[in-house]
Amino acid sequence: MVPKFTSLVSRVIPLLVDNIDTDQIIPARFLKVIDKQGLGEHLFADWRYGSDGLPLSGFPLNQAENQGAEVLLAGHNFGCGSSREHAPWALMGWGFRALISTGFADIFRNNCLKNGLLPVQVDRGISARLLADLERDPMAKVAVDLESTTLRLPDGSKVGFPIDSFSRHCLLEGLDQLGYILSFQDRIEAYEGRARCPLPV
Amino acid sequence: MPRALFEKVWQDHVVVEEPDRPSVVYIDLHLVHEVTSPQAFAGLRSRGLRVRRPDLTVATMDHSTPTLPKALQVLDTQSKAQLAELEHNTTEFGIRLYALGDEKQGIVHVIGPELGLSQPGMTIVCGDSHTSTHGALGALAFGIGTSEVEHVLASQCLLQTKPRTMEVRVDGRLSPGVTAKDIILALIGRIGIAGGTGHVIEYAGSAIRALGMEGRMTVCNMSIEAGARAGMIAPDDTTFEYLKGREFSPQGADWDEALARWRKLPTDQGALYDHTVELDADRLEPMITYGTNPGMAIPISECVPSPTDFADGAQREAFHKAMVYMALEPGKPLLGHKVDVVFFGSCTNSRISDLRLAASVLNGRKVAPGVRALVVPGSQQVKRQAESEGLDRIFKAAGAEWREAGCSMCIAMNGDELSPGQYAVSTSNRNFEGRQGKGGRTFLASPLTAAASAVTGCITDVRRLELGPL
Ligand code: SF4
Repeated sequence: MVPKFTSLVSRVIPLLVDNIDTDQIIPARFLKVIDKQGLGEHLFADWRYGSDGLPLSGFPLNQAENQGAEVLLAGHNFGCGSSREHAPWALMGWGFRALISTGFADIFRNNCLKNGLLPVQVDRGISARLLADLERDPMAKVAVDLESTTLRLPDGSKVGFPIDSFSRHCLLEGLDQLGYILSFQDRIEAYEGRARCPLPV
Repeated sequence: MPRALFEKVWQDHVVVEEPDRPSVVYIDLHLVHEVTSPQAFAGLRSRGLRVRRPDLTVATMDHSTPTLPKALQVLDTQSKAQLAELEHNTTEFGIRLYALGDEKQGIVHVIGPELGLSQPGMTIVCGDSHTSTHGALGALAFGIGTSEVEHVLASQCLLQTKPRTMEVRVDGRLSPGVTAKDIILALIGRIGIAGGTGHVIEYAGSAIRALGMEGRMTVCNMSIEAGARAGMIAPDDTTFEYLKGREFSPQGADWDEALARWRKLPTDQGALYDHTVELDADRLEPMITYGTNPGMAIPISECVPSPTDFADGAQREAFHKAMVYMALEPGKPLLGHKVDVVFFGSCTNSRISDLRLAASVLNGRKVAPGVRALVVPGSQQVKRQAESEGLDRIFKAAGAEWREAGCSMCIAMNGDELSPGQYAVSTSNRNFEGRQGKGGRTFLASPLTAAASAVTGCITDVRRLELGPL
């Protein structure tokens, strides 16, 4: 159910604005759906389409050479604000599988990990170096390897990125975390047996 | 070992703790709304699972509900389908629902405390980032994504890595015209919108203790705007008085038992936090945001910053982008800047005390010509209370629109929205680009500042308006 993540080699789309909130990733008017389909179309809708509804040619997602890229290089504190999981659904719907940033907002990071979208956190120096590489050669590629938790930059150098061992394991195996929680059914029952019922309902 | 409030609630709820694994944490109360739940129920169904504790799950309709009186049926087809889906899901799984039209319906973070559902020492989650609001009662309350909504529906548990703790001490006394909203905007302005990332904040200090319950909710509500997972305030007599007699509050002997338990929750002397931040309440002024995130906040009498105020290139870039979107000039004052719309509402500032503050300014005054003022109570109960106090008459006499309960223009999903280019002073919590309508521009402020600005038609320091008696 959760797509596995092992490794990928891809071009990178830079969108180096700090504090991109989930209202920008997917505006609220697209949250009226009851499934996860088609959200990629509305990814960054207000930055991507003009008031006439037509794609703005200057926006990176609209450029022909960027189609098929699986990695986004974003600014600091990416995904802040609303907890909407529609944000990772929209990013994946467009085709992204990994995000590189100097920092992710907590809820967004959690939501990504539950959907097989890998947050790759790097320090400012690495982010700047990658941007410089991309400015020199927009077709440059990075390699993201979850097994070894490394990011290979276009110049061939490798840097590690942090991820907790549990999330890494789940992503590598495509494991769904609900299954893990439900494996503790008896412990949950035991807890309910000894804890007082929280609400008088 | 002395323990902080957070630590006590956390330890009380850990079901499974294993090395190198997130903990399995039990959830006492799961709040649900129409926007972030449909895919979770669908997931549940596709796995053939049931809701483990429908008795600990409570749903409301708030985000895309209309707020025009007598027009509660007018909905776009998508919203209609989403609301119907919630009705269907809650019926199928036996979950209590405060549907549109119910006399207790309202914004999820307003009705939780109001009904006495949210209580000290509980763990509370909702597929909504402002769940932090409920921490005002001494609960550990935080927002989760839809996958996690499904986890909680199925197991009443959540996988959580233990967050770090931050103490925010606010000592001193607020000056007249300065409110809970100004405390939290000042904090976010200070530590930034990622300043609390990975942390649970505990608000403490004499200025926090002096706040009423609803002011405390305003503070905890915007913890997420500082990037924090949750905000908490130790329960005290203010909390207990607020809870006593509410519909779901413990009664009789249960109340005494609960009270004894709750009194043990406050942080022990000598407990440690990972970080501490201090604010001086005496020196706080009414705050207002000028940019496109809640950290871009200044005391109302100050000027918008200049690019040279930002050492960091990325920050300068973000500032520049905000100035372009807001069409503001760096270095200029905000006072006197024209306003098209004033929005009173949202889970931050739509409770009865917020409406009383707004009415205290609007009483006997008029909303300036050309300005649209919208008052949207947080719940039907707040609405009725306001009407019994005659606040609705004050708003209507001033020329403001008096609406039904809901999120309304805070998120602009229900048709209440700004037009491109319009400026709004809003008592809500997010000034992100397009948040209140595509192209709309938001100044976040307190109900007092919003009301003063509605009267003059431009951004106004309430301390310069002569206050009439309510
Ligand atoms: S009022 Fe606004 S912030 Fe609060 S729950 Fe509704 S949409 Fe979210």
